[in-house]
Amino acid sequence: MKLTLRVWRQKNADAPGAMATYEVDGISEDMSFLEMLDTLNEELILRGEDPVAFDHDCREGICGACSLVINGDAHGPERTTSCQLHMRSFEDGDTIDVEPWRAAAFPVVRDLVVDRSAFDRIIQAGGYISAPTGSAPEAHATPVPKADADFAFEHAECIGCGACVAACPNGSAMLFTSAKVNHLNVLPQGAPERETRVLDMVRVMDEEGFGGCTLTGECATACPKGIPLPSIAAMNKEWLRANRKAPRRG
Amino acid sequence: MTYLDYEIGAPIKDEKAPGGPVAERWDRRRFEAKLVNPANRRKHTVIVVGTGLAGGSAGATLAEQGYRVVQFCYQDSPRRAHSIAAQGGINAAKNYRNDGDSVHRLFYDTVKGGDFRARESNVHRLAQISVEIIDQCVAQGVPFAREYGGLLDTRSFGGVQVSRTFYARGQTGQQLLLGAYQALSRQIAAGNVEMHPRTEMLDLIVVDGRARGIVARDLISGEISTHFADAVVLASGGYGNVFYLSTNAMNSNATAIWRAHRRGAYFANPCFTQIHPTCIPRTGDHQSKLTLMSESLRNDGRIWVPRARGDRRPPHEIPEDERDYYLERIYPSFGNLVPRDIASRAAKNVCDEGRGVGPGGQGVYLDFADAIRRMGRKAVEEKYGNLFDMYERITAENPYEVPMRIYPAVHYTMGGLWVDYDLQTTVPGLFAIGEANFSDHGANRLGASALMQGLADGYFVLPSTINDYLARAPRSEPVAEDHPAVREAVTGTRDRLARLLAVDGDRTPDSFHREVGELMWEFCGMARTEEGLRKALDRIPRIREEFWRRIKVPGTGEEFNQSLEKANRIVDYLELAELMCLDALHRSESCGGHFREESQTPDGEAARKDDEFAYAAAWEFTGGAPVLHKEDLVFEYVHPTQRSYA
Amino acid sequence: MALASRTDRKPSLPRTFWRSTVGKKTVMAVSGLIMIAYLVAHVMGNLKVFFGPGEFNAYGHWLRTMGEPVLHYEWGLWITRVVLLTAVIAHGVSAYQLSRRDIRARPTAYVHKRRHASYATRTMRWGGVIVALFIVWHILDLTTLTVNPNAQAGHPYENVVATFSTWYGNVIYIVAMLAVGLHIRHGFWSAAQTLGVGNASRDRALKALANGLALVLTAGFVSVPVAVMTGVVS
Repeated sequence: MKLTLRVWRQKNADAPGAMATYEVDGISEDMSFLEMLDTLNEELILRGEDPVAFDHDCREGICGACSLVINGDAHGPERTTSCQLHMRSFEDGDTIDVEPWRAAAFPVVRDLVVDRSAFDRIIQAGGYISAPTGSAPEAHATPVPKADADFAFEHAECIGCGACVAACPNGSAMLFTSAKVNHLNVLPQGAPERETRVLDMVRVMDEEGFGGCTLTGECATACPKGIPLPSIAAMNKEWLRANRKAPRRG
Repeated sequence: MTYLDYEIGAPIKDEKAPGGPVAERWDRRRFEAKLVNPANRRKHTVIVVGTGLAGGSAGATLAEQGYRVVQFCYQDSPRRAHSIAAQGGINAAKNYRNDGDSVHRLFYDTVKGGDFRARESNVHRLAQISVEIIDQCVAQGVPFAREYGGLLDTRSFGGVQVSRTFYARGQTGQQLLLGAYQALSRQIAAGNVEMHPRTEMLDLIVVDGRARGIVARDLISGEISTHFADAVVLASGGYGNVFYLSTNAMNSNATAIWRAHRRGAYFANPCFTQIHPTCIPRTGDHQSKLTLMSESLRNDGRIWVPRARGDRRPPHEIPEDERDYYLERIYPSFGNLVPRDIASRAAKNVCDEGRGVGPGGQGVYLDFADAIRRMGRKAVEEKYGNLFDMYERITAENPYEVPMRIYPAVHYTMGGLWVDYDLQTTVPGLFAIGEANFSDHGANRLGASALMQGLADGYFVLPSTINDYLARAPRSEPVAEDHPAVREAVTGTRDRLARLLAVDGDRTPDSFHREVGELMWEFCGMARTEEGLRKALDRIPRIREEFWRRIKVPGTGEEFNQSLEKANRIVDYLELAELMCLDALHRSESCGGHFREESQTPDGEAARKDDEFAYAAAWEFTGGAPVLHKEDLVFEYVHPTQRSYA
Repeated sequence: MALASRTDRKPSLPRTFWRSTVGKKTVMAVSGLIMIAYLVAHVMGNLKVFFGPGEFNAYGHWLRTMGEPVLHYEWGLWITRVVLLTAVIAHGVSAYQLSRRDIRARPTAYVHKRRHASYATRTMRWGGVIVALFIVWHILDLTTLTVNPNAQAGHPYENVVATFSTWYGNVIYIVAMLAVGLHIRHGFWSAAQTLGVGNASRDRALKALANGLALVLTAGFVSVPVAVMTGVVS
């Protein structure tokens, strides 16, 4: 396959960026999208040019590092991560646009690499259950109904890649935040911090500069792990409930 | 002088494990260890490198105890460490199934599975702690699979006869890692952990014989910085990426442990690598990494190749009597469920005979046609649906209709930094946990034991044993930035990076990585021979020499430069590869994942030589030929026997 | 020691709501539902036009006397107006502030534009603006009678017929009612999500309810100008 790539190039966070055009040839349809970029980078290095920087690590769709907007779609045309997208999804002679995640809360680091530490700060605000090592009761002390365990798992699958933010026209992080809130809030172990968790996480989510949710559903369509859109409604419910119940002082 | 001129130094011994009954040793050690007064803990700083299961859990736990933790990871977030990719599950001797499991049985299975090359004390402790890990993870909200009654589900895994593996669908590693990450996040928010993401450790700072800090590079700005502490914990994972193609993450690397080795930490059993039999085969030279599929597939899939070599017919055109179900043929009683090392080697053998399938003939069929006929497509879908989907996404072949193609791939490294019972390396104050150390798996790791060991080390072992070091270590003065040891480490790091940038040759970092990887796969992979290893030992220094002559790294050191990161990691692979080959050469027995063709039973199985090699090989770095220190392994409870699966 | 990492101090409830995107969306949802409830009552009143000027004008007069004798003359009407005005302002200000925030959250647009992205968001924003402008005209036309061609106080039936006897009156009204319909279609479902009523199993029912509500309201409102145009009402 022969392809034309238009790739966002930006030296660092402060430098201006622009799309640059590259031709790549000899692309096999068995290659993953990132292996296609590897091929381009090998050529760029030998030509004495800077290779295209992009985040990637596990290349099996679970670490959440890869983060490419391909032809306007977060992670490209298939419902998967960029690393699990294969070139057979494209045709010989195609022109492919590759851009970084775009959000005020995800500033560009270089080329296609963005800073997603805002997600870490949302988790730090309450995306955990306080269970210091050694303090745990016997695992079978608290049975969890299977339906609740499955609901928790479905939301715990989030890989924190940020495709939801990249796809949302408002750059909203509601799907990411709701996935963690729902995972922990449905479990009996998460109950003691149920109210503070959702209030603190939503507060920090807003402070990080993500947009609001207008329920366009783009996030859930882009999510490589299939976190469902009703996850957001479930978090809204938790948030409203927490405002009714949370103790208020000062 | 080459590596072949290695010397044998004084034997080494684990001084920390107490004697007495094996089941009481961990209690005794914890009692005998000195404690640090809770009020004094915040005066102690501990550096933790890596945020996987071991590092994440250790950082969180040390911070909970009151230590000041400074933690590093090269990823953009601690949540992305490669523990996240583990699929199958985590073992624990809970005996919830009432099927005869016990701490002692898990201990026994692990020592035997490791082909009698692990320490009994360590393995027993691991089995004891396994039950606490499950409690801990459930309390953190890890969504393990549950049954309708609300209790935890378990499955059997890796050929053991009890059902002791806890799992969260095919994403157990992810869920356990997120549990540790969340605990760590809580401590970061509380100000107890200072987290440095996108920061890579490039050297260890040893002052007056003690590990006192690290040199690190900020991967965004390129800034070289120093960080000081009272102890340094390496949780940087294994070194499988020496092979270029492996199931490791692209950026997993050996730099932290190799630099520590160069600073005095012994490296134990570097040749013990695990090759996993059920990976998706490579499709061409562009291949950048290999993807593993859970070995649970072997429970129902049948492995075969055509009887005739060079048979290029599509699988459904090959009649039943022209197929060779070679595992069922050679190992009638275990069949497709033989241990990982045996299944891998058998696949290599049939491919070497020219009977491999798929592009390049590097693959064997894993066929579910019989299972679909027997159980129905729906049942197969329920059991393996997500694995089949993953396979189809990568290969564009539908495994319900066409047999899967699989081939072995490097998956895990049992070797690592030598540590004592306290997980301390031979450099005082330097600890190694998780895959970075060598301690618990011997020559072969059982399925679902890696997650168990990482979390045991991080949540329970290290946080107990590090107290003893910190309590006994002499009151440490702050390290001055201009201390000669610091200056030397910083200058060395800067010089190395500058040299990489200055060569401006004509070969890319990846081309060297691929070259050394292919060499290692051929000569230090699934089957090793003296001749091959000697060839590799001859070639590696020459690749290294060429590397420093022809490497081309674009850009500068003062920016986000992924080529520079990569090239700098390859520098270390090119040194580590040589030690791996030397270790494989000197160990002229076969054991576990280390198969020397010269040492096999008449029917082609691995033949151990317990009288000669019942030791862990701890290598000391000298700059020239290394020095081998042997740690004799004593088996008081599990008596070495020859494994037999026929 | 592990320190408590949560802040104990919490701002007051209204502050929490007004500062949070989720809270502001709640304000929009509640104010939106108040307005939908009002529209349901409004359309029922409008349909009285089909029973002739007597009944319609009497209904118009009743609006001023509703609540009597508990309430003074026109108080009921004014209370309704104040509630509505509050809802409109809360809805509009929240929408404006949230939109500003949303635009700031994506400062650099993608070079590669997608066709279908943000359809609902855009129709909500522009639809909202159209409806807001319409309300101004509608009040000037039929409440204050400032721009009404007939402008006869106490004779709403005749004023309505006069408005819909002009081409521009019909165009403005019908376009605005279509915008109202689209706005309710996404807005009602959206409000349900914001208030946490939505879940996977209820989703179809909520969407059907939103569509039905939008259709009934739009058809009800539009039937009046159509009736005037076709001479059914004159």
